[in-house]
Amino acid sequence: MKTEKITTDILIIGGGTAGCYAALTASERSDAKILICEKAHIKRSGCLAAGVNALNAYITEGRTPQDYVDYAKKDADGIVRDDLLYTMSERLNSVTARLEELGLVILKDENGKYVARGNRNLKINGENIKPLLAGAVEALPNVTVLNRVNIIDFSVSDNKIHGAFGIGIENDTFYVIEAKAVIIATGGAAGLYKPNNPGFSRHKMWYPPFNTGAGYAMGIRHGAEMTTFEMRFIALRCKDTIAPTGTLAQGAGAKQINSLGEVYETKYGLTTSERVYGTVNENLEGRGPCYLRTEGISAGQEESLFKAYLNMAPSQTLKWCESGAPSKYNVEIEGTEPYIVGGHTASGYWVDTHRATTIRGLFAAGDVAGGCPQKYVTGALAEGEIAAESAAEYIAGTIGEPIDDGEITAHIAEIERFTAKDSSDFTTEQLEEAMQTVMDSYAGGIKTNYRFNEKQLTIADMKIKQLLELSENLHAEDFQELMYIYELRERLAVCRSVIAHLKARRETRWHSFAENLDYPEKDNEGWRKYVNSRMENGEIKIILRELTEEGQRLYEHSN
Amino acid sequence: MSIAIDREKCIGCGKCRDVCPGTLIKIDAVKKAYIKYPKDCWGCTSCVKECPVYAIRFYLGADMGGLGSRLHIEKADGLLHWIIEKPDGNVSEIVTNPKESNKY
Repeated sequence: MKTEKITTDILIIGGGTAGCYAALTASERSDAKILICEKAHIKRSGCLAAGVNALNAYITEGRTPQDYVDYAKKDADGIVRDDLLYTMSERLNSVTARLEELGLVILKDENGKYVARGNRNLKINGENIKPLLAGAVEALPNVTVLNRVNIIDFSVSDNKIHGAFGIGIENDTFYVIEAKAVIIATGGAAGLYKPNNPGFSRHKMWYPPFNTGAGYAMGIRHGAEMTTFEMRFIALRCKDTIAPTGTLAQGAGAKQINSLGEVYETKYGLTTSERVYGTVNENLEGRGPCYLRTEGISAGQEESLFKAYLNMAPSQTLKWCESGAPSKYNVEIEGTEPYIVGGHTASGYWVDTHRATTIRGLFAAGDVAGGCPQKYVTGALAEGEIAAESAAEYIAGTIGEPIDDGEITAHIAEIERFTAKDSSDFTTEQLEEAMQTVMDSYAGGIKTNYRFNEKQLTIADMKIKQLLELSENLHAEDFQELMYIYELRERLAVCRSVIAHLKARRETRWHSFAENLDYPEKDNEGWRKYVNSRMENGEIKIILRELTEEGQRLYEHSN
Repeated sequence: MSIAIDREKCIGCGKCRDVCPGTLIKIDAVKKAYIKYPKDCWGCTSCVKECPVYAIRFYLGADMGGLGSRLHIEKADGLLHWIIEKPDGNVSEIVTNPKESNKY
């Protein structure tokens, strides 16, 4: 193992949607030296590897940023941050224009105006969206990209960040990176719960299986305040391929129907969680399976669907080609396993309006940042921009401090402990499966129709702690296996927080997302509050905070 | 969900390895690409799009209802040709134009 030390001004962890845009912004607004550490390769890493079929967050003609805030707030039943949603919403259109400049194809009418899909969406060809973003980043003179470098920990002392530690997956190198400011953009967490297809196709999930909650876990470890981990995201997806359904529902106008052919979506409500809950309930009451009604669509519509899915989820088009086309068969739908993802629900770092976390010098953007759901692609870009502006401002008044030698030695010792052993009884894969089984059974997974009670959560917490202990003794053959150990430990840390948050919110505000059978009703008097948490002496301390005021534009950290 | 790499066709250029978001593809001692962790493939088809000699086929696992069809992508005249080969030998093709937006 080699050790390499790098000093930079701004370190961006994760070169996905938010991270790439943060690099573009920081490069344009400052002379800072910028380093992106990416565990894969920025050309196709993060959520957009296969592409995306629409921009789901855009202020269409006649609408205002406040309309978008209102929509997201309603969908989350109030548990959002007005300031974060508003500052994101006012930038949605400018980042879209920038994407178009970079080469993204957006559908326009004969007058050159964007064609809207519904009230908030634009139709695009997003197959190459990530190569476009990556290409723009790679062309910047003051940005360095380290691909295949997985960050395993922050360096924090006195609640101030000094940089991070990483491992080069393909070059057996331990990296010590000193930075004045750090932008965390590692995405959310998939793979906590047993997935829809737990066998050979275990990674055919909707959210990227390579997003393991690293950013959350590192923040939790160093005492950053986190918010709303109990608002899990469960996506309604095409069965088997777990491909998105919005293109069918909003694009082709397909309704949700049960096996009797009845449209059931209106019975349960139209928020994101209600659409999942309705599908679960129709199945439980014997009216499954459920479908999106596509039978009878025209040949032209079908061809457009084939192409749209090739540009974001090619497995669905392949499925239609080999198992039957949507014009002949309705598309069966199911809920996914729960994810923690701040771009769809409100889980993540508790940040101020400038996207500063509660650790000084650490800024958060995209799926890792909380309080601001329904970000989608453009919202992640907007947050990348805000976080980069804040980081650039912060480093102007900050002197970089070296990382303590003792901390470096401790991390090397930990790596050597995992790599020096010859073997271990348990493998990382076994413990990952065990974790997913625990979460599935006791923390509201697919197995229990996403429902849980306090007793089950207590069992889940005990078993996850046991798995964390067992993970101390894992063995890694090489640095890729070493990354898998760290990823497992990140997921276990996130699981602990999810369990603590699910336990803390003693109501059921969102069906399926957080359905507590001990408290099956919504309680507006008691629980119109943020459930936040912070790790103190190895225990997760819950902090309840009052909601921001209606229309509040600024939030600053106070305690 | 996974990919199959044709060893005969592979020229060992490493482009598939470079782009894989899961770091799942490796190059062996005789400079041929192989997928070391087939169960960990997300199905993004990034590698399929990179391969200059069309040596990579994408298929759906049997556990998600896959019936043995294989997909690959050829690039010509600025267009993407998505070619699906069925087990019975039937071949179909869907062409997408990166310069045209989706209709949905």
